[in-house]
Amino acid sequence: MKKQNIIFAALFASLVMPLSMAMAASSPILDEIKKQAGGVEFSAERGKTLFSQKFTGGKPDTPSCTSCHGKSPQNTGKTRAGKAIAPMAVSKSPERYTDAKKVAKWFRRNCRTVLGRECTPTEKGDFLTYMMSQ
Amino acid sequence: MKKAIFTLTGAFVLAGMLSSSFAYADGPDWVPPIRDKLVKAECGACHLTYQPAFLPAKSWKKIMAGLDDHFGEDATLDKDAAQKIEAYLVTNSGRRKWNDSWGKPPIRITKLRWFVKEHRGEISRRAMKKAGTMTNCKACHLAAERGNYDDD
Ligand code: HEC
Ligand code: HEC
Ligand code: HEC
Repeated sequence: MKKQNIIFAALFASLVMPLSMAMAASSPILDEIKKQAGGVEFSAERGKTLFSQKFTGGKPDTPSCTSCHGKSPQNTGKTRAGKAIAPMAVSKSPERYTDAKKVAKWFRRNCRTVLGRECTPTEKGDFLTYMMSQ
Repeated sequence: MKKAIFTLTGAFVLAGMLSSSFAYADGPDWVPPIRDKLVKAECGACHLTYQPAFLPAKSWKKIMAGLDDHFGEDATLDKDAAQKIEAYLVTNSGRRKWNDSWGKPPIRITKLRWFVKEHRGEISRRAMKKAGTMTNCKACHLAAERGNYDDD
């Protein structure tokens, strides 16, 4: 009986843990943005589009997030002055998206630079959801 | 002992003054490195934190006033950080004052006369390829963060 319990617990853990981890693309920062977005469901797919899409409203040297962050969130990016930028994917850079002030500052700057305007809460949530799934 | 340290500090201060006063004639081989953490973090996020001794105070004021379009990028800061950073840059700026009769204060080190002169004909194709751009000082000057530009 005891043995069974242990086996059951192990089975339960192996099934449920990965599931809940996959669903937990959640963080205090994302929760806050979700509130601002009125509770909409964020989409990693839309986040991916935002990351790679070319925009025309911003500064001409940097039409896309990938201009600096590189084509893949898994890879190291580079600024226009040649400085390396650590990958944006959370699996590669676990320290990312943990400092609310830093996240807000760079969303403000980079969205203005690339889109010519600030990103909406939904766009920010999509972007973070994508990066947390990567 | 105390006296020895004092003299030593004096020598460093003097060296710093000399090298920054050269900043507009020949390139200095050394400039005082940046000690301020906030300046390092904020102005070093996209490129080397260029040492303030390379430009006159008026240049730094102009750069700080234009962070919303900083060489084609938004580099805006909150007010408090901006004020602290500007104060540091101005206090540690190049010794030689900018005279408005010379035109607008420069905002690029890479366009200064001594800079162009020092680098003309000195850069191999391979070094340029590695650096990508002249603003990437550290690619060629490995000790640039310590203010040392005499290492190549
Ligand atoms: C001009 C170059 C450039 C472009 C274009 C750019 N970024 Fe960035 N981004 C940076 C740099 C530099 C950093 C700060 C360095 C770091 O965190 O490694 C950064 C950091 C960030 C951060 C903070 C990450 C963290 O660790 O908290 C976010 C969020 C971000 N960028 C989003 C975007 C988005 C969204 C776009 C496109 C709309 C974009 N960036 C386009 C250069 C750029
Ligand atoms: C968002 C990225 C970013 C941040 C943050 C940033 N810069 Fe820059 N900076 C740039 C870019 C891009 C260039 C132009 C690079 C090029 O032309 O290769 C530049 C160029 C410069 C230059 C001229 C370089 C030359 O050509 O001699 C100076 C000086 C400078 N920055 C100072 C600062 C100061 C001071 C701060 C902090 C208040 C700062 N930067 C923060 C992106 C940034
Ligand atoms: C592609 C390579 C390369 C890049 C990028 C580069 N330099 Fe240089 N620099 C050189 C070479 C080569 C010399 C000449 C050799 C020497 O005097 O050390 C030199 C000379 C200098 C000198 C004069 C040194 C002396 O001993 O008198 C200074 C100061 C200097 N560079 C500053 C800078 C700064 C600041 C930057 C970035 C804004 C920069 N350099 C970018 C290669 C480079």
